[in-house]
Amino acid sequence: MNKDFKPKILVFCCNWCSYAGADLAGVSRLQIKPYFRVIRAMCSARVDPEFILEAIKKGADGILVAACHPGDCHYIGGNYRTRRRMALLRIMLQQFGLDRKRLRLEWISAGEGGRFQEVVNNFIDEITELGPSPFGPTKRGKGKNG
Amino acid sequence: MVPVLSDLQKGERVKMADKLKLAIARGATCSGCDVEIVDINEKILDVIKIADIVYAAVIMDTKLKEVEKWDDGYIDITFHHGAIRDSENEHIAKLFRKKSKILISFGSCSCYGGIPGLANVTNKDEIFKESYMDTPSTVNPDFVVPLPEWKDETGHKLTLPRFYDEVFSLDDIVTVDYYLPGCPPLVTQINQALDAIISGKLPPKGSVLASEKALCDECPREKPKKINIERIYRPHEIELNPDKCLLEQGIICLGPATRAGCDAKCIRANMPCRGCLGATAAAIDQGGSILSAITSILAISDKETQLSEEDIEKLVGQIKDPLGTFYRFSMPKSLLRKVEKEKK
Repeated sequence: MNKDFKPKILVFCCNWCSYAGADLAGVSRLQIKPYFRVIRAMCSARVDPEFILEAIKKGADGILVAACHPGDCHYIGGNYRTRRRMALLRIMLQQFGLDRKRLRLEWISAGEGGRFQEVVNNFIDEITELGPSPFGPTKRGKGKNG
Repeated sequence: MVPVLSDLQKGERVKMADKLKLAIARGATCSGCDVEIVDINEKILDVIKIADIVYAAVIMDTKLKEVEKWDDGYIDITFHHGAIRDSENEHIAKLFRKKSKILISFGSCSCYGGIPGLANVTNKDEIFKESYMDTPSTVNPDFVVPLPEWKDETGHKLTLPRFYDEVFSLDDIVTVDYYLPGCPPLVTQINQALDAIISGKLPPKGSVLASEKALCDECPREKPKKINIERIYRPHEIELNPDKCLLEQGIICLGPATRAGCDAKCIRANMPCRGCLGATAAAIDQGGSILSAITSILAISDKETQLSEEDIEKLVGQIKDPLGTFYRFSMPKSLLRKVEKEKK
């Protein structure tokens, strides 16, 4: 494992639960490693698989989708849809050659600031262990090296 | 209504003073596109009234060396079919780009990589190993493989095109003026394209000469309000109702994520759409788009809360090869393009 490796982690948070959870982690001054960026979506089901593919293409090493706990979705069933979507996308990403750990789905509620900290730190450690994504910046511009 | 060329002959819409010069160039292709061009049948007579075919490997004997001698822009329109996967394909693509006023990416291979594009799940070394070593009918203990260059004892040199590690679509290599996707493009699509060229009513450069909408828009089947399926079937496993939506019957149909313009030919023959016209105008990635659609309807209704992660894996695991199914024709044009292995 490369000690200097600073992973690029993208975190999609749903507006109603996980983003509020992340906010709580912030105002509670919980320490999280600075290798992640948060994107807020109105619902985790708004996170189109295309977004995740695009993120990987642009060099993200890991993607975390955070949604409301089962039964808590603001839109009744959005998180179930996300769960199925991420499960199939994970299978497809594996076919693309990525480790299945690079895409993770977690349930984080608005009150779980501590859980947000724990999940994100844990995910960053896991991705650091895995190393850079095979679709990372070094792969870009690779020509017809037949 | 699709305008036909014989109608065009009567009008004065043919603006080009001289006869048009047409060429049909080819890359990595099965030549099904050539067959489809021949399938315009007697209309070919109308075509040769207004145009000379100056290069078409399938029907005539013009050599590439002669093409190289022509002035730049000598050809009016080139239809290029086939993907780019070796140095000869690349040379032909660049040559015809230089010699043509309009270059049309013809067929799914040329537009999106097509079936040859599926080679992007592997690489050159693995392909060579499979073809020249591992196939049961091959005996090749020294692993002799084709080389781009070889000299015999007398110094006589033989060359072969260099095989690339990756498959490219035509527009990865050169600028393309129009896209005419389909595997192969239908006669009606070809006629529409020819009509547009002849009448001078060309859409903006870079246009796809097909519909902007999804195939569901022109699907003749009954459209259900809500679909919920729990089991995925393959077409041979059940008897298909020809009037009901295929997705509703548990068949993976790429219609929702595929461009319309083929008049739903496969669906009329009671077979699901495989996605040869590529992603719709609004989507970036055909596979991501259909993955999203399929997982929205593949659900065990009312029991979601009780399902474990394993149950969900099992549910979506019914789709055996999502990559091959969802990117059957568009792998080199997908966001990730190619399989890359994790470094251990």
